[in-house]
Amino acid sequence: MNAPTDLIEKWRAERERKAYLALEDGTVFHGVSFGYKLDRVGEVVFNTGMCGYQEIVTDPSYAGQFVTLTTAEVGNYGVNGDDRESRSLFLNGLVLGDLTAPSNYRATSSLRAYLNKNKIPGIYGVDTRSLTLHLRTYGNKKAYLHVEDDSLSEGEAIKKAQAWEGLDGQDYAAKVSSKDAYNFNEGKSDAPLVVCYDFGVKTNILRNIARFANVTVVPAQTPAEDIIKMKPDGIFLSNGPADPAALPYAVKNIKLLLGLAPVMGICLGHQLLALSLGAETGRLKFGHHGCNHPVKNLVTGKVEITSQNHNFAVKIESVPKTLEVTHINLNDQTIEGLRHKKLPAFSVQYHPESCPGPHDSNYLFEEFKKMILGK
Amino acid sequence: MKRKDLKKILLLGAGPIVIGQGCEFDYSGVQAVKVLKREGYEVILVNSNPATVMTDAFKRNAEEADKVYIEPLLPEYVEKIIEKERPDALLPTLGGQTALNLAMELAKSGVLKKYKVEMIGADDKAIDRAEDRDLFKQAMAELGLDMPKSDCAHDLEEAKAVAKKIGTWPLIIRPAFTLGGTGGGIAHNEKELLEIAKEGLEASLKSEILIEESLIGWKEFEMEVMRDKAGNAVIVCSIENLDPMGVHTGDSITVAPAITLTDVEYQAMRDDSIRVLEKIGIATGGSNVQWAVDPRNGRRVIIEMNPRVSRSSALASKATGFPIAKIAALLAVGYTLDELKNDITEKTPACFEPALDYCVVKIPRFTFEKFPGADTKLGTQMHSVGEVMAIGKTFKQAYLKAVRSLEAPLKYHDEDSFDPWFKNELKELKAFKKLLGIFELDTIPEDVLLQAKVMGFSDKEIARELNAKEEDVRKKRNELNIHPTFGAVDTCAGEFEAKTPYYYSYYSYDKQTEEQKPKTKKRIMVLGGGPNRIGQGIEFDWCCCHAAFALKEKGFEVIMQNSNPETVSTDYDTSDKLYFEPLTFEDVMEVYEKEDCDGIIVQYGGQTPLNLAARLKAAGAKIVGTTPEDIALAEDRDFFKQLVSDVGMKQPVSGIAHSVKDAAKIAEEIGYPVLVRPSFVLGGRGMAIVSNAKELNRYVGEAVAASEGNSILIDKFLENAVELDVDCISDGDLVVIGAILEHVEAAGCHSGDAAAITPPVSLKPQVISEIRRYAEIFAKRLRVVGLMNLQLAVKNDELWMIEVNPRASRTVPFVSKAIGVPLAGYAALCMVGYKLKDLGFTKEKAPQCYCVKEAVFPFIKFKGAAIDLTPEMRSTGEVMAIGSDPMEAYYKSQQAAGSPLPKSGKIFVSLKDEDKLDAIPLVQKLVDMGFFIYATLGTSTCFWNNGIKSTGVYRVSKGRPNAIDYIREREIGWVVNTSESGMEPADDHFRIRAEAVAAGVPVTTTIDGLRYAVAALEKEFGQADIPVRNL
Repeated sequence: MNAPTDLIEKWRAERERKAYLALEDGTVFHGVSFGYKLDRVGEVVFNTGMCGYQEIVTDPSYAGQFVTLTTAEVGNYGVNGDDRESRSLFLNGLVLGDLTAPSNYRATSSLRAYLNKNKIPGIYGVDTRSLTLHLRTYGNKKAYLHVEDDSLSEGEAIKKAQAWEGLDGQDYAAKVSSKDAYNFNEGKSDAPLVVCYDFGVKTNILRNIARFANVTVVPAQTPAEDIIKMKPDGIFLSNGPADPAALPYAVKNIKLLLGLAPVMGICLGHQLLALSLGAETGRLKFGHHGCNHPVKNLVTGKVEITSQNHNFAVKIESVPKTLEVTHINLNDQTIEGLRHKKLPAFSVQYHPESCPGPHDSNYLFEEFKKMILGK
Repeated sequence: MKRKDLKKILLLGAGPIVIGQGCEFDYSGVQAVKVLKREGYEVILVNSNPATVMTDAFKRNAEEADKVYIEPLLPEYVEKIIEKERPDALLPTLGGQTALNLAMELAKSGVLKKYKVEMIGADDKAIDRAEDRDLFKQAMAELGLDMPKSDCAHDLEEAKAVAKKIGTWPLIIRPAFTLGGTGGGIAHNEKELLEIAKEGLEASLKSEILIEESLIGWKEFEMEVMRDKAGNAVIVCSIENLDPMGVHTGDSITVAPAITLTDVEYQAMRDDSIRVLEKIGIATGGSNVQWAVDPRNGRRVIIEMNPRVSRSSALASKATGFPIAKIAALLAVGYTLDELKNDITEKTPACFEPALDYCVVKIPRFTFEKFPGADTKLGTQMHSVGEVMAIGKTFKQAYLKAVRSLEAPLKYHDEDSFDPWFKNELKELKAFKKLLGIFELDTIPEDVLLQAKVMGFSDKEIARELNAKEEDVRKKRNELNIHPTFGAVDTCAGEFEAKTPYYYSYYSYDKQTEEQKPKTKKRIMVLGGGPNRIGQGIEFDWCCCHAAFALKEKGFEVIMQNSNPETVSTDYDTSDKLYFEPLTFEDVMEVYEKEDCDGIIVQYGGQTPLNLAARLKAAGAKIVGTTPEDIALAEDRDFFKQLVSDVGMKQPVSGIAHSVKDAAKIAEEIGYPVLVRPSFVLGGRGMAIVSNAKELNRYVGEAVAASEGNSILIDKFLENAVELDVDCISDGDLVVIGAILEHVEAAGCHSGDAAAITPPVSLKPQVISEIRRYAEIFAKRLRVVGLMNLQLAVKNDELWMIEVNPRASRTVPFVSKAIGVPLAGYAALCMVGYKLKDLGFTKEKAPQCYCVKEAVFPFIKFKGAAIDLTPEMRSTGEVMAIGSDPMEAYYKSQQAAGSPLPKSGKIFVSLKDEDKLDAIPLVQKLVDMGFFIYATLGTSTCFWNNGIKSTGVYRVSKGRPNAIDYIREREIGWVVNTSESGMEPADDHFRIRAEAVAAGVPVTTTIDGLRYAVAALEKEFGQADIPVRNL
C-alpha cells in the first residue's frame, strides 16, 4: 500500500508551508493555507477555548481580527447549520495548530469548506503556543496573513502589517451591524418588546431574550428618538467588535434612553453603557478570549466560569458613583459587571449567552426579564 | 474559610496495589498530607502499603503525616487507631474505593459517632446515593437524565426477570460496591447471564448487581468535576475514550480534551455533570462522571459517577496541571475554590477550568503474558496493571509518544471500533510511514525528516523505515539542528505565566529561540520507571521520589523524567523540573542536553532506565553511582560465576544456553529440577522451575522470547532452601546492610511474590555474619555506589549465592520503613559524592519490631489462569504488617493482604506427597484448635493413619460432593493446597484454587505458608486484641 495521493499532497503542502503570518514587530509564523486564498491584514488575538470554533468564527466581535485557537485539534467535529452566531463570518482569518477531518453526527460540512465558502482565509500548522506566548509578552499585534499563491516577501508583508491603521479608534460595529431593523421572532401580543442595538450581536443573545420578549433588532446607528417611538419595554446593547471609544453616537443615544426602559448590555454594550455614564475604557494588553475565566458575582459571592471575548475594558478608577461594580474577573480583577444604583440598567463584560462556553451566567437574562416584567 | 474547629484529621490510604486501584492513590494521599500539614492540621495516616510515599515517617520534613500507621485497612484496626488518636475528622475520599468502603463501614457501625469523628469530603448519604444502583438511578431520573434501561438484581431469579423486562441482548452486568469492575461482564444469552450474575453477586459487598441495556460501541466520555461548599463547580478535564463502551475505561486508550464533541454537546454534558454532583450531594471535592453518547444521533446517557478522587482524577491532574487531590483536601476542610490559588500560575485562582493547548493520550499496560490461559479480550472488567500518559501538540504526537512509552506491543485494542476521527489519524500515521519507506538515510530530504518529527515519529521508528540505525538518524538530526521545543503544562494555554516547571516536548516547523536561564545549582536527572507492570511498580517510583527529596534538600536541582501518570514522581512538586516524557534513549537525551545536566540516576526506575544506561553513557551522559559496566557485569554469568567462586561462596551449578538444544544438554548435566531464566528481565518474566526434558523444551522457548536474544540461564534448583533478600547501601568505601529479609516460602517462589520477614527468624548468628561479610565483598568487587540487593539461599546453615543486583530493588521501601532510614535517599546522595559517614548511617539498624511483607495477587481478574506461586512474579502489590512477635506480624499481614486466616471452621487440605509428613503435626495443631479438616481421599487416609480425624471428599473429577461444592456453599473457609513442583498443575488443583479465589476464601499453596499460618494462629488464637502501632 502506498500513501493515498490526497495525503501526499497534504503533506507536501505542510512541508512547503508557503503561508505565513507576519507580525508588525517582524516576527513571522509559517504554516499551510486553508480556506479562502486571500491575503488580509488584521490584529492577531488568541482564544484559549477548547471547543466551539464554529461559534467563534461566526462571532461578529472578531471583525478585523485573526483569531488564533490555542487548542490542539480544530476541525474535528466539522460545522453544521445550527451552531452559527450570526449571518456571516466577520473575522479576518483563522490561525490553527492542527486542522483535522470532521467526525460528528451533526456535521454537515468541514471547517475547511466553510471558510472557503465564506471567503475567509486560514492558516494551520502554526506553533500556536509560541505565537500565544509572543502575544502574551508583547501584546496583541497587527499582522499580515499571506495565503495567496503569488510569492510575497516577508519583509513586504511586515511593512503592510505596520502600515495598517489597526483597530484602535475604528468603528467596526457599524461594519458588522445589520443595515436594517428586523424582528428576530414572531411577536406574541402579551410579550414585552425588547429593542436590541446591533453592534455585532450574537444570535444566542437574541434567542435568550426571545424566550420572554418580542425582539426587534435595530442598526447600530439608529437614533434614540426612533427607539423612543417604538415604546420598548427593554433595551439591549449588544456585543460587537473593536473600540468602544469610536462609537460616540451610541454613547449619545444611550444617554437619552437611560431610564426609559430597563437596559442590559453585554461586552461592547457594557462598555458603551459605562461610557454613557461617564466611565472610561482602555485597551487590555492581550484581552480576554476564552471559555474558562472565573468571574465572581459580588452580590451572591458565587463564581461563574465565563465565556469572554474582549480587548477593551472599563477602567476601574473611572467608574462613577452612580454605578456599582457587581462582577469582577478573578484572574486579573478587571471589571466584569456594572449596575446603575438607581436606574434599571446593568451590564456584563463577558458572555452569559455562552456559545461557545459554559452556561453558568445564563441567569442574567432571567434578571433582565424580571427587571422588565417588574417595572 | 478554613475550619478552625478541626485539629486532627485521619486520612485513609488505599492499601496494596491491585488492578483497578494503583499507585494514583499514593499520589493523591501525598498531596493531601502535604497540604493539610501546611494548613496546620495534625494528620494521622493509615495505609497497609509500605511502598507508598504517603506512609513515609522519616522526619524528612514537615510534609510527612504526623503519625503513620502501617496497619490493615480493616474496621477493627482503624477503630483502634481512632480510639487511640481521637481525630476530629476522617477524610476518606482520597484512598480509592478501599477507603470509601472502609469509611462507610465505620459510619454504619456507629464507630464514627461513638468517637465523635466527622466524615469530611463526602458524607455517607451522598456515597450511598452514588454507589447504590437503585438510589443512583432514582436520583438521575429525578434530574431527568437519560439512562440505559436497567434494573438491579439481588439473586439469580431476579436477574432473569430483569433481563426479560429489558428485552434485548447483550446485557451488561455490573456488581455494586467493588473495585475496578470486578465480577462484571457482558452476557449474550441467559446462560452467560446466570454465570456472570452469580460471580457479580459474590463480588459485591452488598450482593447486588445491575443489569442493563448494552451500549456497546457508543462513545464514552468522562468529566472530572470539582465542587465546593458554596456550590461553585468547575470541570477540570474532559476525557474521551478511543475504545468505545464495552471496554472498561481503565483498559481504554483515552484522550484529553474530548475531541469529537461540538460545544453544544460539550456544554450540555458539562451542565449535567455539575447537576449530578449537586443531586448526589457531593458538598466538596472531586468526582468523576461518566457518559455514553450514541454516535448515530447524539443520545447521551449517564453511566456512573465516583464520589471520590479516582484513577481518572490522577490522570486529569497530570493532564491539566490542576492538582485535584490537593484541592479536594482543602475544600474538605472548608475552603472554597475562589479562596485557593492555582498552583501553576500562583496568581490566578483555583476556581477556573484548565485550558489545554496540547493533547494528552493515555494507554493502559497489560500483562496477560503472565497469566497464560486468561482471556485477552478487553471487556467491562479491568485487566491493565499500569498506564502511560503522553503529551503532544497534536493527537498524533501524543499517541506516538504514548505508544513508545508503553515498552510493550500495543495489541489488545480493536481499532475498528474507534470513532472515525481516531481511525483517520491512525491511518494517516501508517500512510506516512509508507512514505518514509521510499527514502534512505542519505536520501531523505531535511524537510521530510523534520515533518516526520513534527508528525511525532521517534528516531527509532524513522530509522526502521529508512533501514538505518537509530544513532545515525539522531546524528543526522543533530547535524541539521532539529530539536524539540518544550511546552509547559500551564493550565491556561499560555495565557498566564507558569511558575511551576512541568514540561513536554514537541517538534514544530518554526524554531523558537528559548532563553536559557543560567544554571545556579548542579543538576541531577532522575529517570523513573515508566508504566507500572508486574515486577516494576510503585516501589521503584518510591526510590525515584526519595532521590529527588534527598538531592533537593542538599541543594541540587532535580530533573525528573517519567511517563507514568499514576505516580508521585510525576507530581510537579516532587522534583524541581518535571518532564512528562517517554523513557527512551532519544527522549531522555533531548532533556539531558537541554537541561545541561551534571549527572543522571538510572538505577532507581527498575529495568527501564537500566536498559538505556549504556547508550546514555556512550552519548555523553554522566551516569552517577554504580557504572553501567559494573551493573552489566553482575548480569554477566561467566564473570559472576567466577566472582562467586573467587570469593569462596557456594552457588547452584549452572550453565548458559543460547538455544533449546543447548539448554537440554546443560539441564541433563546439571540434573533436574532446574531453574530456567532469561538474563536482563525484571519480575521473573519467563522464569520457571522445570523437572523434566519435556517441560524444559516448552519453557526455554518462552525464555528465549522474553529475553529478546539474550542468553538463558539454567541453574540447579535448590529444593527446600530458605531464601533471603538482602538490601544494602554502599558509598564506595563503606557498605551498610539495610535489612535481611527471610522468605516465608521456600526458594523457587519469586521474591516479589513471597512473604518475607525481617529481622530473620531462623538464621543462626554465624550465617548472619557471613551475609554481612559477603555483602561487603560483593559491593566492593562490583564497585557499587548506591544500592545493592543480594538474593541468597540458606540450606543446612550454608549460604548459597543466587544473584546480585547492584541497583534499587523492590524491597527498598519496605526495608526503609522497617528500619526508619530512607535508604534510597541516602544512596542517591552517595551517588553524587556524599559518604555514609556524612549522612550518619554507618551501622546496620535493627528494626524495632518484626515486619512482614506479603504479596497481593490479581488472580480474581484472570479467569482461566493458574493460581500458584512460581519463579515468575505475578503479584501486583504488597502489604506490610508490624508486630512485636513474628507470628503476630504474619497474622496481621494475612489480614492486610485480604485473605485473613480464619479462627475457626472447616479447612480443605490437599497435599502433594512429599508435603504430607511435614503437614501432619501442623494439621494436628489445627485440629487441636478446633478446626475441622476436609481432605481429598488420599490425604485423608494419610491423616487417619497418623491419628488425625478428617472427612474425605472426592477429587473434583471423581465425584461429588467435592471441594468445589463445599467452597461454593461457603462450607470451607480456608484452602490448603500444595501441588507438585512440576509446571502443569493438576486440573483439580487448578479448579479448586480458582473457585476459592473467586469466593474470597484464603488459599495457602506452600507448606511453609502453612507452617507460618499455624504458628500465627497458635499465638494469636484467643487473643482478640492485636495492638496497633505507628512508625
